[in-house]
Amino acid sequence: MEKFTKHSSTAIPLAIENVDTDQIIPARFLKATDKESFGDNVFRDWRFHKDGSVNQNFILNDSRYSGTILIAKNNFGCGSSREHAAWALSAYGFKVIVSSFFADIFKDNALNNGILPVTVSKEYLDFLLQEVVKNPQTVVEVDLENQSIQIKEHEVVEMFEINPYKKLCLLNGYDDIDYLLSQKEKIKNYEIHNNV
Amino acid sequence: MGKTLFDKVWDAHVVDTLEGGPSILYIDKHLIHEVTSPQAFSELEQRNIPVARPDKIIATADHNTPTVDQHLPVKDVLSRKQLKQLTENCKKNNITLYGLGHKYNGIVHVMTPELGITQPGMTIVCGDSHTSTHGAFGSIAFGIGTTQVAQVFASQCLLLTKPKKLRVHVNGKLKKGVLPKDVILYIISKLGTNSGTGYFCEYAGNIFEEMSMEGRMTVCNMSIEMGARGGMIAPDQTTFDYVKGKPFAPKGADLDQRIAYWKTLKTDEDAVFDQEYYFDAEDIEPMITYGTNPGMGIKITDSIPESDDSSFEKALNYMNFTKGEFLLDKPIDYVFIGSCTNSRIEDFRVAAHYIKGKEKAKNVTAWLVPGSQQVAKQISEEGLDRIFEAAGFELRQPGCSACLAMNDDKIPEGAYCVSTSNRNFEGRQGQGARTILASPLVAAATAVAGKIVNVTEEITSLEAVV
Repeated sequence: MEKFTKHSSTAIPLAIENVDTDQIIPARFLKATDKESFGDNVFRDWRFHKDGSVNQNFILNDSRYSGTILIAKNNFGCGSSREHAAWALSAYGFKVIVSSFFADIFKDNALNNGILPVTVSKEYLDFLLQEVVKNPQTVVEVDLENQSIQIKEHEVVEMFEINPYKKLCLLNGYDDIDYLLSQKEKIKNYEIHNNV
Repeated sequence: MGKTLFDKVWDAHVVDTLEGGPSILYIDKHLIHEVTSPQAFSELEQRNIPVARPDKIIATADHNTPTVDQHLPVKDVLSRKQLKQLTENCKKNNITLYGLGHKYNGIVHVMTPELGITQPGMTIVCGDSHTSTHGAFGSIAFGIGTTQVAQVFASQCLLLTKPKKLRVHVNGKLKKGVLPKDVILYIISKLGTNSGTGYFCEYAGNIFEEMSMEGRMTVCNMSIEMGARGGMIAPDQTTFDYVKGKPFAPKGADLDQRIAYWKTLKTDEDAVFDQEYYFDAEDIEPMITYGTNPGMGIKITDSIPESDDSSFEKALNYMNFTKGEFLLDKPIDYVFIGSCTNSRIEDFRVAAHYIKGKEKAKNVTAWLVPGSQQVAKQISEEGLDRIFEAAGFELRQPGCSACLAMNDDKIPEGAYCVSTSNRNFEGRQGQGARTILASPLVAAATAVAGKIVNVTEEITSLEAVV
């Protein structure tokens, strides 16, 4: 996994609550057996009409907004456990998702794919959305080491929580498999002791 | 301080805990299917890591399978390729696969409990969020992403931070026509879709104690719809009776020994939860959803609430409903009885009992999709298939089907579908499809009436139905 330390970019304001993983990547695209091909279909049914024409009203198609940080409202990533949602967001180019609340499984999936889910207070989220909507050139800076997010050169700095183990993994590019395999002996002992 | 049911099962599976960090949790059963496993197999292959315990993995094909002509080659090229890859991966790694056409094939959360693979006190994972279903047996069961599927392949363990504990109590007496599905839809409508995030939920109270295993599975299945990674119900005599005699259940003295242990898996009186909610069974009525998440549910006789929230308005706009509108008498185009929430024999019995002697409305297409080959067999043994056929319902072959519409079972754009599945997200049942979640009884009544009807007025005897 790629290391993650700091990231700064303009951002895309997706002011919708309860964005579920069926919206991020609809089920009909889950037939692929690789991880790389999902970017084209991220938010497919919001980006395109059924006839294939571009939905100009959807924020990802609004040429004023661009960047690798996605700002979404409450309860992002709810629903299905499909990791294809994280692969799709990653393949599209997103590195950071900001929300006031993430669904559990999506959060794990994002972290396991080098995407940083940043949970901020509702007040800060509203502020951030407002600033980015007002000025699409707004640059947002995320510092994983300090666990902080801020608008570039703005005095308000929001701190965020992250599981210390997951933080370590991201900072160093480690993944869980490496760690689990290093614990083989303990796992073997558990199996013997519990006769499983 | 006492322990909860969750604590007891969790503690029995902790291999080690990192200081201030996650625990290594041992996994008893790993269930896999065609959609969320291929990338995990590839990952292991690339890193040259063998599957640690193939004997603890059970595979099925369900998400992407057709529900007609299962004896013929799968038409869709990508689906066929994905199914073929599952077969090859299982073969290569010595994993038991109950693939298409096998007598044990079915939706992963329907076939493993009915085979006795799911047992109390286990840790069970699957790359599928509705793995919470298995918590009905008093096991810790939850959905995982594909990276975690690879972790379990590699080590039979997962690195996890212990979740917080939540308990939902429902006590009292359920009204006529109120099914387990209504109970869980009611709970989610009251608590919202993210109330359970970060928690594992235990369901307690006489309502769950009196429920069948099928009903408990319906409830636990939808725990994820309130954000909880899993739901659990303490195992009791109902659980033991269900497990006993199943093909892969323990037998004889082994079973007695297991039951003695399973009996200890109850939350202690002095155990403390991080959050508790209490509901009265009398307040619950048959439920339907009106929006695009499972928390947007109302009593079937209620009107849609008023709110100026933009996400709420977006949902109503998608559904083509208006604030304050009543959904009774709303014409419906499709009815789907199936999915890992409601495709067990009890669900089809409820539907058949209501449908018997009646006829499906002409404006409705009604699909009945059993959860497994075993359920399909039982439907035919009990003669329910003849009732369905006589009433004009279409009984199809097992699979996930129109719950997520990955195969050809799609609801057309703009059409309304009363569905016994678990998610009413935009496009879930097909691009532009409008899903209304309900119990199998409400679904059956809708199919007969051709519109949403107050099912409680239709039934004369609850005992005869559920």
